Amino acid sequence: MSENKLKTDEKPLKPDESSGFSALKALAEGFATTAKHLARKPITESYPEVKRQLPERSRARIVLTHDPDGRERCVACYLCSAVCPVSCISMQSAEQPNGRRYARWFRINFGRCIYCGLCEEACPTSAIQLTPDFENIQRDILTLVFEKKDLLVEGCGKDPSYNYYEHAGVTTDQRGKGEHASETPPVNVKSNLP
Amino acid sequence: MNYLLGLIVLFIKIAVMLGGLLLAASYLVWLERKLLARLQIRLGPNRAGIFGLLQPIADAIKLLTKEDIVPSAADGFIFRLAPAVVAVTALLMFAVVPLGPDIRMFGRAVPMVITDLNVGLLFVFALSSLGVYGVALGGWASNSKFALLGGIRGAAQMISYELALGLSLVPVVMLAGSFSLTTIVDAQAGIPFIVLQPVSFAIFLISAMAESKRIPFDLPEAENELGAGFHTEYSGMRFGLFFLGEYVHIQVLGALTAVFFLGGWHGPLLPPVVWLMLKIFIVAVIMIWIRGTLPRLRYDQLMALGWKVLIPASLINIVVTGAFIQFGTI
Repeated sequence: MSENKLKTDEKPLKPDESSGFSALKALAEGFATTAKHLARKPITESYPEVKRQLPERSRARIVLTHDPDGRERCVACYLCSAVCPVSCISMQSAEQPNGRRYARWFRINFGRCIYCGLCEEACPTSAIQLTPDFENIQRDILTLVFEKKDLLVEGCGKDPSYNYYEHAGVTTDQRGKGEHASETPPVNVKSNLP
Repeated sequence: MNYLLGLIVLFIKIAVMLGGLLLAASYLVWLERKLLARLQIRLGPNRAGIFGLLQPIADAIKLLTKEDIVPSAADGFIFRLAPAVVAVTALLMFAVVPLGPDIRMFGRAVPMVITDLNVGLLFVFALSSLGVYGVALGGWASNSKFALLGGIRGAAQMISYELALGLSLVPVVMLAGSFSLTTIVDAQAGIPFIVLQPVSFAIFLISAMAESKRIPFDLPEAENELGAGFHTEYSGMRFGLFFLGEYVHIQVLGALTAVFFLGGWHGPLLPPVVWLMLKIFIVAVIMIWIRGTLPRLRYDQLMALGWKVLIPASLINIVVTGAFIQFGTI
């Protein structure tokens, strides 16, 4: 099987490809190519002077975003912390009287973070997001531990219209039972009795 | 009194030559990095000084201040000796390169060469073979697999190319009738030997490139196969000496090519030293261009090229040249 495959992959040399002249020609072509490139303008971007706009999905500094109505998105479900391969995310969950969950404290150790983006993928509320801002280097490694106040940013980030509590079947001050998007009113189980 | 004066002149010549060589070596590194970068449409070093011109100085400071590590399993004495062998042999070769015609100073003729050996060519060969000891012993003494492989490759490469290198210069010696580099240059006052001996020139250039361990013949280093080859375990200024040796070797190669084939310091209008430097510069640029173009040869290809192509070709070349001299055409 493998022998057959080898045979089919082998391309026979054309008669003019095996001669010494063609070897010299190939050499000359190579030298001509590099000589031509000598006249080209370098494609290097001189980084600190020229800062290119990075693609918006580049993965760098992590932020916590807000709902469209301006409240914290994070519901402290621990999914990001659980999926984090280097365990750099830690938090303490709590619940507000109105039924919304939140993180009492939330901490990311950027000294450990490998910017893999798994936390963003795991987040059910689009709260935790990676931004293209990569210039967050510090001399002291302890200053790389970001608390919740350092992580929170204005706005909704990449997912501007999403509001978790509009969809989650949880009773809060926003919606009652059966009032959420694409949700049918609750069934009175007693009506199903035979 | 005469003796003392000669000694002083000799020391001045050595100091000027050594200073010039080391400075040129460091700026050859800069030139290579810059030119190679442009061949690959990059910018090259541009942070230290304007156009990165202070980069060699920054490199030198870095190499000098880095920790000098000798692996505990290494053979300490040979490990320390090897880089010096490489650098010294490369530098010594310049002792016989004539920089120009004799100049008259205070009524005395001062030859523009440190020492005009009558066996200058053999001296050059001896030193260039000795230089490989630095590579082979350095690789062996490191007590590392990669370094050892690099050292072995260096030795094997030397055996394959030394012969072709020597044989390629036999026609030059036949034409000039002398082993002295000064006489060889004088013999090219009319036409340079590259015109009379193009085959010899090609063989010499290829073998000398293999001798100086540069791409496409950098098998002893082969950074993507062997880490860094023979100098894998070296750090700090010991690595720097290997590096220095390599770049001085490029200058040696340029100077020898100029002396044997391009007419040495002969040339119109410009002063002789400038002509020689110009020729060295051109050879160096061509070598950088080659480095930017060709891939590394495989081990067996390298051997095949040396033994099956270059040596027979140079032997035939000798016979043909001999016939021409015998029957009086040249």
